[in-house]
Amino acid sequence: MAASALETQKLCKSFGALTVADNIDFRLEPGARHALIGPNGAGKTTFVNMLTGAIAPSSGRILLGGEDLTKVNQAARVRRGLGRTFQITTLFRKLPVLDNVALAIAERDRVARRMWKAASAHQEIIDEALALLSTLGLVDDARIKVEDLPYGRQRLVEIAIALGLKPKVLLLDEPAAGVPSQDSGRILEVLAALPADIAILIIEHDMDLVFRFARRITVLVQGQVLVEGTPEEIAADRRVRDVYLGEATHA
Amino acid sequence: MSGYTSDPRIRWTEWLPWLAAIAFFFAMPEYLSLGARVLIYILFALSLDLILGYAGIITLGHSAFFGLGAYTAGILGAKYGITDPFLQVIAAAAMAALLGIATGAVILRTKALTLLMLTLAITSILLEIANKATALTGGADGLSGVKTDPILGLFRFDIFGKTAFIYCLLVLFLGWLLVRRLIYSPYGAMLTGIRENTARMHAVGAPVYWRLVLVYTLSATLAGVAGALLTQVNQFVGLNVLGLEPSGDILVMLILGGVGRLYGAFVGPVIYLIAQDYLAKQYPEYWYFGIGLLLIVVVLFARGGILGIVDKIGAPWLQALSRHRSSAKASAR
Repeated sequence: MAASALETQKLCKSFGALTVADNIDFRLEPGARHALIGPNGAGKTTFVNMLTGAIAPSSGRILLGGEDLTKVNQAARVRRGLGRTFQITTLFRKLPVLDNVALAIAERDRVARRMWKAASAHQEIIDEALALLSTLGLVDDARIKVEDLPYGRQRLVEIAIALGLKPKVLLLDEPAAGVPSQDSGRILEVLAALPADIAILIIEHDMDLVFRFARRITVLVQGQVLVEGTPEEIAADRRVRDVYLGEATHA
Repeated sequence: MSGYTSDPRIRWTEWLPWLAAIAFFFAMPEYLSLGARVLIYILFALSLDLILGYAGIITLGHSAFFGLGAYTAGILGAKYGITDPFLQVIAAAAMAALLGIATGAVILRTKALTLLMLTLAITSILLEIANKATALTGGADGLSGVKTDPILGLFRFDIFGKTAFIYCLLVLFLGWLLVRRLIYSPYGAMLTGIRENTARMHAVGAPVYWRLVLVYTLSATLAGVAGALLTQVNQFVGLNVLGLEPSGDILVMLILGGVGRLYGAFVGPVIYLIAQDYLAKQYPEYWYFGIGLLLIVVVLFARGGILGIVDKIGAPWLQALSRHRSSAKASAR
């Protein structure tokens, strides 16, 4: 079997007596379009936080391209190709859109340590940032402060920063969260146009978006993988419907 | 504003403080000693602005570096016969840098109130050491008899403060060039990123902690240089360079001028020290009241400091002026 893009082996996390991740074995294939879904409290956020290194697992391993990352810190995981977006917009609000992206590109290119030559004299960084923004339809906003952008566009900046890192694996944490449904179409367009070689794991509540975007879906319930399969298999799975259509049917 | 979208070239308005300083030198020769003190506090405030205004590190302990620099230069000049002014400054800078990296490496793992209290603790500890180590520091009596050679063997520190003023102005100019370079560089842009959103800087792969330790050390070094200048100009070091009070004073000066604007560090000390000089002569017991009132007014009504007000009132006027100039240029063609 070829190396996976991202893999977890028997990943566990407990907070005291509460187990929020229970032996999760998960594989993200290279170039994957994979969705992670599950009801509230299923442990999706904890799982993502363990992948990015924001919290440490109680036990188990995390592998990126076959390399063990379990003990590696957050920033070092990013440098090895693990990018993410945030469910709650986490941007440099008072900085122009261009700077938001340029900061990411400068870190990736190891330019951010330079103390002498002016930032704005690094034309290659600015050109790359503008090129990236134009693929997302944000180039006209490049010099506008993020906080002055409409929310839907801020969500796109969130994706732009992650793409500026040229990640091998991209974790999209509810990219359409809080976006009015008429605008989520734009986000789907952007997601559909992402480079095919990036392995993408999307965590999303908007089932319409999930079923249009993902080619594989994993359902997480109470910290365990309930089922994994193609969108058709998941849509037809009785257990998934039970979980989503409410515990009321069992009560 | 620094960053990838800002022009790093020096604007004409940025020469104004230097022109003002030179004009002051010729116009008010009787105030040059006060002037030199102002220049020293500008350098100190500039070092604080680098960490507070750009990197977002809050501190009540910046006097630790200023004071260590002052005592290093003083002890060398009074006790060890090392009287070369540049050697004293370099030694002060090195000691402050060492303290900066040693304490920064510990305290920059914390933030907010914990950080504030730790910075305060460090300068308070140094104050207590300076107070008790009387053989070296003179304790509460202060360290007098600090000797400093003429600069380059030519310019003696005179009682009118002429040499002191020019010397401090040149050192400040160098410090300003360095800080300005830094904040317009990718490193400066990155610091702004940490200030604006630390979580996101982690998520773009920045080793935030090390980056902060480095800028903290640089800032400490500059503050140490400012402290050494104060010793050389006064030929004396007192306990008042350490502890909460000078840390608070410099913070108030910077807030008055405007934090994170580079030139707030210039405006604040000028206003503060001139007000102090004037008010202390008029109302020796109540002069702090005037400073307090000024601070309250600025914090309540002008969060960007005095420069923030200047921006608001002056920006439309400046825009009109530059429009006028560019249209004049266009019609000249």
